[in-house]
Amino acid sequence: MKKDIFEHHLNINRRHFFKKAAMGLGGVALGSLLVPDLFKGSQEATQQLPLGLKHFASKAKRIIMLVQNGAPSQLETFDFKPKLREMFGQDLPDSIRQGQRLTGMTANQKSFPLVGSKFGFKQYGNNGAWVSDLLPNIAKITDDICIVKSMHTDAINHDPALTFLQTGAQVGNRPSMGSWFSYGLGSENKNLPAFCVLLSKGGGNGQGVYSKLWSNGFLDSTHQGVQLSASDEPILYLNNPKGMNRASRRDMLNHLGELNEMGYKEFNDPEIHSKIQQYEMAFRMQTAVPEITDISKEPDHIKKLYGADCMVPGTYAANCLLARKLSESGVRFVQLYHQGWDQHGNLVREIQGQAKDVDQASAALITDLKQRGLLDETLVIWGGEFGRTNYCQGKLTKENYGRDHHPRAFSIFMAGGGVKAGTVYGKTDELGYNIIENPVHIHDLHATIMHLMGLDHEKLTYKYLGRRFRLTDVHGHVVKDILA
Amino acid sequence: MKSLYLLFLLLIVSLFSCKDKGDNYVAIPKKKIPEVVDYNFDVRPILSDKCFNCHGPDANKRFADLRLDTEEGAYSALKESPEKHAIVSGKPKQSEVYLRITTEDTTKVMPPPESNLKLSDYEINVIKKWIKQGAQYQQHWAFMPIAKPTLPEVGKAEWTNNEIDYFILEKVEALDLAPNEKATKEQLLKRVSFDITGLPPTLEMQEKFLNDNSENAYEKVVDELLESKHYGEKMASSWLDVARYADSHGFQDDELRTMWPWRDWVIHAFNENYSYKKFVTWQLAGDLLPDKHMETLLATGFNRNHKITQEGGIVVEEYRIETITDRTNTFGKAFLGLTFECAKCHDHKYDPISQKDYYSTFAFFENTPYKKSSAINAKLRVLAEPPFLSISNQIVKDSLPFVNKKENYKNVDVMVMEELKKKRPTHILDRGAYDAKGDTVTPNLPKSILAFDKQKYPSSRLGLSQWLFSENNPLTSRVYVNRVWQDIFGSGIVKTSGDFGMQGELPSHVGLLNWLSADFIESDWNTKRLVKNIVMSSTYQQSSVVKEEKLAIDPENKYLSYMPRARYTSEMLRDHVLASSGLLSRGIGGRSVKTYQPDGLWKTSSSGRGMLVYYVQDHGEDLYRRGIYTFIKRTSLPPVQMIFDATTRDQCEVRRLSTSTPLQALVLLNDPTVLEASRVFSEKLLEEETSLEYKIEKAFRSILCRNIKPEEKVLFLDYYNKQERQFKEDKESAYDFVNVGEYPQAESDKTKVAALMQIIHTMYNMEEAIVKI
Repeated sequence: MKKDIFEHHLNINRRHFFKKAAMGLGGVALGSLLVPDLFKGSQEATQQLPLGLKHFASKAKRIIMLVQNGAPSQLETFDFKPKLREMFGQDLPDSIRQGQRLTGMTANQKSFPLVGSKFGFKQYGNNGAWVSDLLPNIAKITDDICIVKSMHTDAINHDPALTFLQTGAQVGNRPSMGSWFSYGLGSENKNLPAFCVLLSKGGGNGQGVYSKLWSNGFLDSTHQGVQLSASDEPILYLNNPKGMNRASRRDMLNHLGELNEMGYKEFNDPEIHSKIQQYEMAFRMQTAVPEITDISKEPDHIKKLYGADCMVPGTYAANCLLARKLSESGVRFVQLYHQGWDQHGNLVREIQGQAKDVDQASAALITDLKQRGLLDETLVIWGGEFGRTNYCQGKLTKENYGRDHHPRAFSIFMAGGGVKAGTVYGKTDELGYNIIENPVHIHDLHATIMHLMGLDHEKLTYKYLGRRFRLTDVHGHVVKDILA
Repeated sequence: MKSLYLLFLLLIVSLFSCKDKGDNYVAIPKKKIPEVVDYNFDVRPILSDKCFNCHGPDANKRFADLRLDTEEGAYSALKESPEKHAIVSGKPKQSEVYLRITTEDTTKVMPPPESNLKLSDYEINVIKKWIKQGAQYQQHWAFMPIAKPTLPEVGKAEWTNNEIDYFILEKVEALDLAPNEKATKEQLLKRVSFDITGLPPTLEMQEKFLNDNSENAYEKVVDELLESKHYGEKMASSWLDVARYADSHGFQDDELRTMWPWRDWVIHAFNENYSYKKFVTWQLAGDLLPDKHMETLLATGFNRNHKITQEGGIVVEEYRIETITDRTNTFGKAFLGLTFECAKCHDHKYDPISQKDYYSTFAFFENTPYKKSSAINAKLRVLAEPPFLSISNQIVKDSLPFVNKKENYKNVDVMVMEELKKKRPTHILDRGAYDAKGDTVTPNLPKSILAFDKQKYPSSRLGLSQWLFSENNPLTSRVYVNRVWQDIFGSGIVKTSGDFGMQGELPSHVGLLNWLSADFIESDWNTKRLVKNIVMSSTYQQSSVVKEEKLAIDPENKYLSYMPRARYTSEMLRDHVLASSGLLSRGIGGRSVKTYQPDGLWKTSSSGRGMLVYYVQDHGEDLYRRGIYTFIKRTSLPPVQMIFDATTRDQCEVRRLSTSTPLQALVLLNDPTVLEASRVFSEKLLEEETSLEYKIEKAFRSILCRNIKPEEKVLFLDYYNKQERQFKEDKESAYDFVNVGEYPQAESDKTKVAALMQIIHTMYNMEEAIVKI
């Protein structure tokens, strides 16, 4: 009986939802609900209402972004520079530096002694991609990934650079990439947020992550990234209080529904029905989310694939496995952050720990998606906010060194989702300082990611304070060479 | 106009989707071309949105050397074909503008296809008719001097209570609608109590008001509320958004700062009803006043609330410029309602603010000392970067009695402004880059708004505030009055309260905005009087019942034929729960407090350095302070506030969104703050020797601020009995359920406490409990 009343409510809600939409009041993700054919023939509509519609056909439906927060050294991972070893201890030539800006931390250094990687590099896969010994598992999947060695960015410090990577602008308050996709393409799962965020921390020198990185900016807060954790309470305030079970919660919601319905009779405000709807979704999330975040039921071969850490909540490995589950369930954008890559000093020891944290699980995620036939429709991106200098910061010894921030060249890799697998794109000079072939700016990366998801980065706009904003601001070119 | 177009589309969607359910929707008629086309209200929005990007104020990005934003530009001969003119008054067919927007030739059509912009038929016809009628240009409405208009003629004059109502009624009648009936006394009291103090009315207030049958009963309540010390807290909560107030520096390590004495001053200033002129002048230039004192100095903390980086790798000059940029942008948005930041890298694309104007304004803020102690030594951490005011007990006693500083605490350092003796030169920065210095400029302000008379005003922040409060400044009053209106009605008369420029929305009632602005200046910028005027209007006192015909004709309720039901702000929500349950600590001011928050949030997002790595929750009374006192760490914002649309304090914000999400439901269902309040309220009621029925009535009156209806009472009584039975059967659950929060538990029967707590908690979750009805 009570249940019937609720079914009835939901029907009413649906009607009123559309009434609400007719009032232009936002507040609910319209994205997945609109019917594509409605907008045929109206150019203005596709420009102004990018709701759940791709601009063109594409393979990728979902994104998993593995942010290596703090900026891993490209020279210890993918950008092999034997010349740096030869020139150990020699000063960075002016012809290479070209008087460019340095950070406040090394600008006052008397000399800039070059230092090569202390770790070995080998070639892997069909195209002989160089990968450091620090990443033995990623090395094994080079045929599935596309390494971009010519990334560059505008910012030289963590906060602005990370904000830039996430939102396309250095200063906060713009929507994060995930929010843009939630806005542009809507949600595939009515019980889960379209944009989920997972955090983990390595042992290395850490830099903070901040909620503005998954902020909806000026978009509706429906598009805000929701932080999840593989813990007892995967989403803030998800769990019923102690002493209240699910039946008791259902009973409360039934009473609440009746009361709100009385309120609706008096005020006739469609918002009241929207509120009932939100409570119902919250109720569904209470079961849907823990089901997803419970990784204990994964089969042994999967646990083995991701490594023992994957059973420890809050680790990078656990988050990778969780990311797969979320993505598989239709979460549009899963954003991981792993802190601890900021090796200004003591790089040799710290980077080993960081690499160990992420190597197996990153590779496992890609392998896992591939085995499930999901890699084609899932775009995986791995990388940090900038690179690191080819010269030493602080004291240089045979055994140890540090590297400062370097925005001019760094490496990332991508896999799946229509990216050309088994490729290496872009080149830096023999000292790994400047890009000499095929530079890819952060704006270009954004444009390319959007393209892979079927969106034209110049068309997905949102008008706010008199201006049409884009993820790529007024820049960005799709890097066609890396499209499959 | 665009919103109407969108609306039309959405309506098609809704029709389509509901067709099979047999719903009948009233079709909205196609928008009619006005009899007399008005440049400001009909034409300019189209040109601005679709044409000015390439043919507007930005000289560097002007195509074909043609500008359409001025009469001169549009009327003169085209550079490339001098025999043609963009616009020929009265002759659309000879006007290149009309020809190019209607041509089928894709190489000629405007806007060009690659711009992704297109004019609708309606827009084309408006432009055609405007040209036909003479193509008259007008100054942008917001830049016109403020003149107090005469009151419009209305039909039902007996409905009006003050001047506001004439302007509202005129438009409502033009839509063939009538205003809603008056709200009930209960509804009114709840509404006005939240709007003035941010708190629900106490039971005593409710009783007193309901029993007061005198003619001016309502006015008496309004006056009483305006005199409450909580008025200042309510008004300050919006101002903190504008001032981007926070308790940490932001950026990488996000260290602690102690700006809260400045926040205490804001509350004090509102409570003392400082004129808006004094309030703002002190904040902008309190250090430069001839008769400056401690209080005026403290007020200048406004311009030090921006984020400060203490990151190791920074380039000091870059961040110094960043800081001044923030002050300039805040000045533009907070006081002038303009998007100044658009002119940092290039001339403004829509508004008459050049890049030179931007840096000339910037120059006013250039002369503050900028030392970066922490940049030199990352280990040295400071709560206040110089210059700062060190507030001792003695200073509190002598000059700043409103600063709620505990005597046993050491001095509190508050960052303030100071002017350098030796002025720094200001350069135009090419593309906004700190190291791309171009021509030097001197302090000045955009003459399109109001020429800055250097004979009259000093070239300092003091001169800047004098210019701002010149009676000829067209924006200062309009922008502020609009924001006060917005806080009360949920939406401004100009909806884009942060953009009064060409791309902003036009005012729904331009006459009303002008009247209120002129009246505000005449009253010597008296904020309390303004608030009182608004809440005394009949417009404000309407009921919020939504009627079908009004939904169809004015779906956004732009014309206020009924009172909008606005959801509480995040602060109100907290305050409401604490106040109605009796838990609220009513002290004013003091250091910010850390209340219940899920574990680990700070730690997971922190760099691991500094004083704010771990969240150290407060205890006792500090757990029950108003939302305005909640500690704001910029890189890990208080989660409940964020879920309810609070601002991030990254930059000046003049408007909050009001959304409805499942996460909000989860907070109200499971946040210990709401549960604890329900438990404590339940315990208190059970201690009283009253009937169950009475307890439920009382809880309901406290939370919903009205008498319970019979059907609601039946529902709650049934629910209570059921709950009590269940908890009796499962005592352990009852013990668990009531075991929430640090407030000491009463020695009562836990099953009863739990059952009544559930009832109260359900009341807090009712939609009506979190809206100003």
